[in-house]
Amino acid sequence: MSTRIYIPCDSSALSLGAEAVASAITIEASRRKADITLVRNGSRGLYWLEPMVEVETAQGRVAYGPVAIDDVPALYEADFLKGGQHALSLGPTDKIPFLQKQERLTFARVGITDPLSIADYAAHDGWKGLKAALAMDGATVVKQVTDSGLRGRGGAAFPAGIKWKTVLDTSADQKYVVCNADEGDSGTYSDRMIMEGDPYVLIEGMTIAGVAVGATRGYIYVRSEYPHSCQVLAKAIALARASGYLGPDVMGSGKAFELEVRKGAGAYICGEETSLLESLEGKRGMVRFKPPLPAIAGLFGKPTVINNVITLASVPIIFANGAAHYRDFGVGRSRGTLPIQLAGNLKYCGLVEKAFGVTLRELLYDYGGGSASGRPIRAVQVGGPLGAYLPESQFDTPLDYEAFMAIGAMVGHGGIVAFDDTVDMAGMARYAMEFCAIESCGKCTPCRIGSTRGVEVIDHIVAGSEREKNIALLEDLCDTMLNGSLCALGGMTPFPVQSALKYFPNDFRAAPRSKVA
Amino acid sequence: MSDHEQDLNAVISRILEERKAYPGALLPILHGIQDALGYVPREAIAQIALGLNLSRAEIHGVVSFYHYFRTSPPGRHTVYLCRAESCQSMGANQLVEHAKAKLGVDFHETTRDGAFTLEPIYCLGNCACSPAMMIDDEVYGRVTPERFEEVIRILKEAA
Ligand SMILES: Cc1cc2nc3c(=O)[nH]c(=O)nc-3n(C[C@H](O)[C@H](O)[C@H](O)COP(=O)(O)O)c2cc1C
Ligand code: SF4
Ligand code: FES
Ligand code: FES
Repeated sequence: MSTRIYIPCDSSALSLGAEAVASAITIEASRRKADITLVRNGSRGLYWLEPMVEVETAQGRVAYGPVAIDDVPALYEADFLKGGQHALSLGPTDKIPFLQKQERLTFARVGITDPLSIADYAAHDGWKGLKAALAMDGATVVKQVTDSGLRGRGGAAFPAGIKWKTVLDTSADQKYVVCNADEGDSGTYSDRMIMEGDPYVLIEGMTIAGVAVGATRGYIYVRSEYPHSCQVLAKAIALARASGYLGPDVMGSGKAFELEVRKGAGAYICGEETSLLESLEGKRGMVRFKPPLPAIAGLFGKPTVINNVITLASVPIIFANGAAHYRDFGVGRSRGTLPIQLAGNLKYCGLVEKAFGVTLRELLYDYGGGSASGRPIRAVQVGGPLGAYLPESQFDTPLDYEAFMAIGAMVGHGGIVAFDDTVDMAGMARYAMEFCAIESCGKCTPCRIGSTRGVEVIDHIVAGSEREKNIALLEDLCDTMLNGSLCALGGMTPFPVQSALKYFPNDFRAAPRSKVA
Repeated sequence: MSDHEQDLNAVISRILEERKAYPGALLPILHGIQDALGYVPREAIAQIALGLNLSRAEIHGVVSFYHYFRTSPPGRHTVYLCRAESCQSMGANQLVEHAKAKLGVDFHETTRDGAFTLEPIYCLGNCACSPAMMIDDEVYGRVTPERFEEVIRILKEAA
């Protein structure tokens, strides 16, 4: 009987050589006349173990990793097709502690199924949510989303149900559902993992949104930095359409929903929703003034639901298992789970989906295993380039929108970037300003000009010229940006800068911190 | 008109015809052209303006707004080095310096032999395997200076 072998086709796994490993395993199989079926799955999100190879055995799936092409002959010698022991054995995949302790709802299938197999998707509870939603009227669908407590996972954490209700209640000849797949924040990759590892869950979530609010067209705006995601989505959309899950008659309901992928072009600001809509309309990505809200006048001036990938991909399970099931996870006003992404200088980087409430310290040490370099973790940035830098004294903060807000930080899209004690925090503050200058859409003076001034002022401070005066100037500049910017790029770039200055003032001294080798 | 210009114009017209009826057609058109030609030539801007009934200044404004679109031909390979925070935490700044020195170019420049154009990029979603880079459409993770040199050497030999 043919043995099923799983090797991810996720970009990060590919970036570590998964393609070469897949062909080595195939070649070796034909040389040995071993009967294998190779499945290219998404990644389980245990990136220090990628390329991770899984074999389906009588005892379930067992894993090996990280596998290099040179390991392949020895794996066959060790009879890995029967789950044999080898130095790279990781045992049953489900029992790997990093995975076992998680609560995977949105990521329930990622790494388990063949991302493009409709049958596999259906066999793992796919389309259940859509089927349930199609049996309800729009207002009931929207109420379920509201009851689940789901808040936007793109950064602003706005309740998804309220947004959908506005679109539902606004009548128009055409409405749209737009998925924000711009994922520009450093330290984040959960959107990418969903698009590459379980594209149908996103398609299903968007279709539910369309059915709920009466939108018949959807767009997925994917950043150009993700060519692989674009390809997978385009294939998935074509297959879903051919099977009647998209198109003029979704699952025989008589309701239409068409979906299309659109590619961004390397502008961070196009992750901001109104800039994204401008870009979809074929224009420069200039941020719009609000009101009107996109829910009332969005894409091409029509009512538009715009949500992040994870927000939309969390919708199907809410309908498959019920709003209460989802809502039962989490703490306070942060309900459900968050796919957290561990990044930067950590030993075990990867995806951790947990109910809200897990602390930063647990994530950094229990999951992340401390720094990759073995040095102390000195600073952590949560929520992307506009998030504050946090020192060790803040590591007991639970991941919860309100708790983070209370310490002047943000959960954002759930990316956590760790830095060891060789980091130069004045350098990171300077980078924050530089990034803002590069990516500003140019509409507001404080953002466009202030950020360039910020870089210069930090350079003066570090050079030791008129230190006190320049620190006061930097604080002033931050205030101006905070108060005088239309969107969060200009308005929140001060957060990483001010936090670096507050928690790591010595890094801004004239003599640069001696770089520890 | 030279053969080269004719080819160029044919490609541009084909893409324009194919895509100009899309809602919000401009980005898909620009992508189509850059995918086919490696850049968006001056000729394209005039043709698109005509095809979409917009001014050349408007088209130019859009092309110049987006970092990804380029108006001059790149080298045979484009090397995108990630400069963002996660990659910095794992030595991206050193990798950038190393790459610039090895290739003998700064960002946005092409090596003298026309083989490589170096571009900064701000996150590839490969932050679990920092530092990261992308060459053309291929992503690389945990890129040490040695790995960088090896990849460049292989691409050079394949040329
Ligand atoms: C500068 C800036 C960049 C943003 N980038 C993204 C992004 O890459 N992805 C995203 O989903 N939201 C991003 N957002 C948030 C969006 O504006 C918006 O809140 C989100 O698309 C709403 O979807 P949600 O409610 O599902 O989170 C960004 C916001 C700002 C101000
Ligand atoms: S703050 Fe910056 S990015 Fe945002 S609208 Fe103003 S200029 Fe544009
Ligand atoms: S538009 Fe000028 S300050 Fe915002
Ligand atoms: S920060 Fe470099 S890949 Fe994300």
